[in-house]
Amino acid sequence: MARYDRAITVFSPDGHLFQVEYALEAVRKGNAAVGVRGTDTIVLGVEKKSAAKLQDSRSVRKIVNLDNHIALACAGLKADARVLINKARIECQSHRLTVEDPVTVEYITRYIAGLQQKYTQSGGVRPFGLSTLIVGFDPYTGVPSLYQTDPSGTFSAWKANATGRNSNSMREFLEKNYKETSGQETIKLAIRALLEVVESGGKNIEIAVMTKEHGLRQFEEAEIDAIVAEIEAEKAAAEAAKKGTPKET
Amino acid sequence: MECVFGMVGNGFAVVVADTSAVNSILVHKSNEDKIMILDSHKLMGTSGEHGDRVQFTEYVQKNVALYLFRNGIPLTTAATANFTRNELATALRKNPYSVNILLAGYDKETGPSLYYIDYIATFHKIEKGAFGYGSYFSLSMMDRHYHSGMSLEEAVDLVDKCILEIRTRLVVAPPNFVIKIVDKDGAREYAWRESIKDTGVSSA
Repeated sequence: MARYDRAITVFSPDGHLFQVEYALEAVRKGNAAVGVRGTDTIVLGVEKKSAAKLQDSRSVRKIVNLDNHIALACAGLKADARVLINKARIECQSHRLTVEDPVTVEYITRYIAGLQQKYTQSGGVRPFGLSTLIVGFDPYTGVPSLYQTDPSGTFSAWKANATGRNSNSMREFLEKNYKETSGQETIKLAIRALLEVVESGGKNIEIAVMTKEHGLRQFEEAEIDAIVAEIEAEKAAAEAAKKGTPKET
Repeated sequence: MECVFGMVGNGFAVVVADTSAVNSILVHKSNEDKIMILDSHKLMGTSGEHGDRVQFTEYVQKNVALYLFRNGIPLTTAATANFTRNELATALRKNPYSVNILLAGYDKETGPSLYYIDYIATFHKIEKGAFGYGSYFSLSMMDRHYHSGMSLEEAVDLVDKCILEIRTRLVVAPPNFVIKIVDKDGAREYAWRESIKDTGVSSA
């Protein structure tokens, strides 16, 4: 097996591309990231590793916008992310220049996934070590979308998804608790999913919300703290209610 | 025959352009908007070859947008003007763009500004300027009546004086003009000055 994991362009006898799978491992070690699609709101949340005291946390933005109506969060190698994001931003403007139309979410996702795939089939390069969550509203129909790409270059649309560390637990939580939501409820669902795997508190979570009217809005720490407090209160109330009713049959 | 002119006032800059699209003796349309809004606080009034004009201004507009997405803050007017000049200069001795530009913008720190960039990449920061045959008349008019720190009313009055002069004295004067301004509240269309309205298709 060891002989088949060096070069990216070599299949193993049982059909694996080991470099791509190792890239997926790199993603699994990255920060947790979650995306939830509501009817009028799409939320992206990312785990924030505790900031070094001397670091200016504003320079570490994990949720970025690619265009006025498209945003991206990722898990994995952040340096690779910079390259992909830069190329995607150029493509968004280039598309506007050539066809006088903003990109659709699917188009830019396909572009990013295409880039990631190219680097799994070239000599002398390694795959991008990141999975992305891409959200946005269709510029003409206003329909919200959430897409995910991964190092192999596959992409698909999701109602809610998670990637990075402990993504399986988050996805399980989302599968159990997902329902069509809008506005504040969508934000709460995303934060609740993140809180499953991340230490509670505004300084460990970065949240950004995209709406059709206002584009992408990054939340302040205080705002996140407030919603987290709401969620904890709801959880406590639910616990108390459970404890209060067992005697009744 | 294309007329573009502009000036800086008190906390704003105004750019005026004619709106005729002409090919030898044929007028394609009289409501062609030649002042492109680059971003929230920048305007670019242009004259010259139609193809080059559209291609070049859209290229600058998209690069201004790209800068904003990459860096989180918008380009300053001065930086945009220098970028534009550089693009024209680089193309000049290979594949020149035949476009003359008046770039107006408002920056929070430095206020309103106006830049004169012509097709051979001449670059000047100015208070008032003009391109085309109309410049013979509008520059003279502005030399006579312009003073720095004009209010919007005074400036639009001067603009109207220039338009009147062009209409009276230029042999094939364009019939319609568009006026756009940029100030702390952003770049926007201010008014049209039409002497010929494009009539719609009359119903049978």
